[in-house]
Amino acid sequence: MPVTLIDADGHPVPETGRALPDEATLRRALASLITARRLNDQAYALVRQGRLAVYPSSHGQEACQVVAAQVLADGDWLFPTYRDTVAVVERGVDPVEALTLLKGDWHCGWDPYEHRVAPHATPLATQLPHAVGVAHAARLRGEPTVVMALCGDGGTSEGDFHEALNFAAVLRAPVVFLIQNNEYAISVPLARQTAAPSLAHKGVGYGIPGERVDGNDAAALLSVLGEAVERARAGGGPQLVEAHTYRMQAHTNADDATRYRADADVEAWVARDPIARLSAYLRVDETAYREQAERVAEHVRDGLNRDVEPDPAQLFAHVYATETPQLREQAAQLTDELDRSLDDEGALR
Amino acid sequence: MTHEKLSMAQALNRALRDAMTDDPSVVVFGEDVGPLGGVFRVTDGLTAQFGEDRCFDTPLAESGIVGVAVGMAMNGLRPVVEMQFDAFAYPAFEQIVSHVAKMRNRTRGRVALPMVIRIPYAGGIGGVEHHCDSSEAYYAHTPGLHVVTPSTPTDAYALLRESIASPDPVVFLEPKKLYWSKEEVELGTRPPAIGRAVVRREGTDATLIAYGPSVPIALEAAEVADREGRSLQVVDLRSIVPFDDETVCAAVRSTGRAVVVAEAAGFASVSSEIVARVTERCFHSLAAPIRRVTGFDIPYPPPKYEHLHLPGVDRVLDAVDDLQWEDS
Ligand SMILES: Cc1ncc(C[n+]2csc(CCOP(=O)(O)OP(=O)(O)O)c2C)c(N)n1
Ligand SMILES: [Mg+2]
Repeated sequence: MPVTLIDADGHPVPETGRALPDEATLRRALASLITARRLNDQAYALVRQGRLAVYPSSHGQEACQVVAAQVLADGDWLFPTYRDTVAVVERGVDPVEALTLLKGDWHCGWDPYEHRVAPHATPLATQLPHAVGVAHAARLRGEPTVVMALCGDGGTSEGDFHEALNFAAVLRAPVVFLIQNNEYAISVPLARQTAAPSLAHKGVGYGIPGERVDGNDAAALLSVLGEAVERARAGGGPQLVEAHTYRMQAHTNADDATRYRADADVEAWVARDPIARLSAYLRVDETAYREQAERVAEHVRDGLNRDVEPDPAQLFAHVYATETPQLREQAAQLTDELDRSLDDEGALR
Repeated sequence: MTHEKLSMAQALNRALRDAMTDDPSVVVFGEDVGPLGGVFRVTDGLTAQFGEDRCFDTPLAESGIVGVAVGMAMNGLRPVVEMQFDAFAYPAFEQIVSHVAKMRNRTRGRVALPMVIRIPYAGGIGGVEHHCDSSEAYYAHTPGLHVVTPSTPTDAYALLRESIASPDPVVFLEPKKLYWSKEEVELGTRPPAIGRAVVRREGTDATLIAYGPSVPIALEAAEVADREGRSLQVVDLRSIVPFDDETVCAAVRSTGRAVVVAEAAGFASVSSEIVARVTERCFHSLAAPIRRVTGFDIPYPPPKYEHLHLPGVDRVLDAVDDLQWEDS
């Protein structure tokens, strides 16, 4: 059974053997959850307005996103996937920078070293060996760094997932692998992805402890992920955490989920919403937290509604440390083309 | 012969459907190809019509998909697998290069792998990174693979039928930006297209050589050039491997000038191979060195930059202007 500390109705679960996080910690999580939901929905709306190329929303998965970042210390690292923009923002990255890839302005909008957040990974599971490498290097350098590596349920089928787990185990690297099991990989349900009793079981063959947690219960996530991070920091090695959640929206705006799942399946998860249950438990009025959420939404709207003129030199500037002679030639060709087309426009007028 | 107005995606769907009907050993699998019908809907309706044994979703692992297809092809079936996007085929690279391409040669012809690896490729759709790669050179450089790429719905149908029937493995590259282009498609058997280039437009002054997503650009450039008084011939390779030296060289000899148009980075590319082959064979027929118009030698850029990167009509016409029309 996945660890649940606060049930779907907002009641504490008795006899879990785990202490509930203190009220201040839970309030901090709730504030972020409400902002996270607003960010997800704002980004989704901006796709419809043509301001973002695409948005894989984590609507419904905000507890995983927020807590994955909140349990980390400043010197730790986060390795996100394309769906984890909210976790990236919770880590401190400006939301407009976090959305740069999805807006189409550049591949990664933030400086990975500033907040210790790797670029969004799109090729599934390929970021996981990198996470192990960063963690192992930290150990070799004597740094107390822990790495939080995010992955989807579908991503666990890729070879890189397995190689990363094995390396982490053999090297005793301080990595926490968090699988957000949202039951779908685009159209493919979990039952088609694995015959294992759970995704947490995948740690067994590698000698890594696996834990299941209710991915819509921020309190349980704080407890389980917090413990995994501290264990890794203390030299206890890697851990695998499977968070059970649900993808409430289509894979992205470009997907039509009605082709492969019933609306009723989605409805069933509305009652398990991570925000409703935490505010019910805390008996707080969510409106108190709305102001911050609206500020972030406005910042995102402002940032994404601004058109950034593409700078052609950027195409060539970052391929190598030093531009090759061939790239210099090609950059000059493009400049010449653009100058001539400007001249043509002038001539037409 | 029947005709139907189809998009390229629909023509490919039709080819799969007809091949599965004609040959019970044809099986289709990959990521999201079942109930969803593939992210581009190329496999739409196949599971419903033929059942889950014939068209099924796999776990999310490209190396596994291609590796399992190798085994199935070894044991009497004709797998047609889908890689979801160009860059997501890379986890299968080892299987493709070390096994798919080499099995026939390793076993001195005893084990053939009649399988097709379908890959949506190239850009022009405003896709974010890893969704727009032109990966043809990796495959074309690997002996043992056939590599084909249609530019019209009619060729898409014919080439896919032929690829499925082929005794050798075929890497079938589908230009994403052309999935929605429509035309009347002739269904039924047609003359072989694998290994055969085709002249898409007659012209006398210079030859544009293109394939896949670049063919419509070449045709548009020829149209514009025509208005400016220059007659450009357009050759569509269709098949990168085997390469049709005969048709391409005959075309270039007829005009004496040529420009190769391709989206992929130009360095160590299919376009460089074309220039080398034609120059080796037609040197004395050439009035000018063959020019190439390709993507820059950079990682495929983000959506807001792709118009700066992709070869367009102006860049093609600039290259044509450069073909030493007068001694200077
Ligand atoms: C190597 C690779 N293959 C295929 C894809 C295409 N693709 C993008 S997301 C996705 C589904 C991933 O599902 P999951 O890991 O469960 O993450 P979720 O989208 O549910 O967050 C697929 C197949 C990819 N990005 N990378
Ligand atoms: Mg998933």
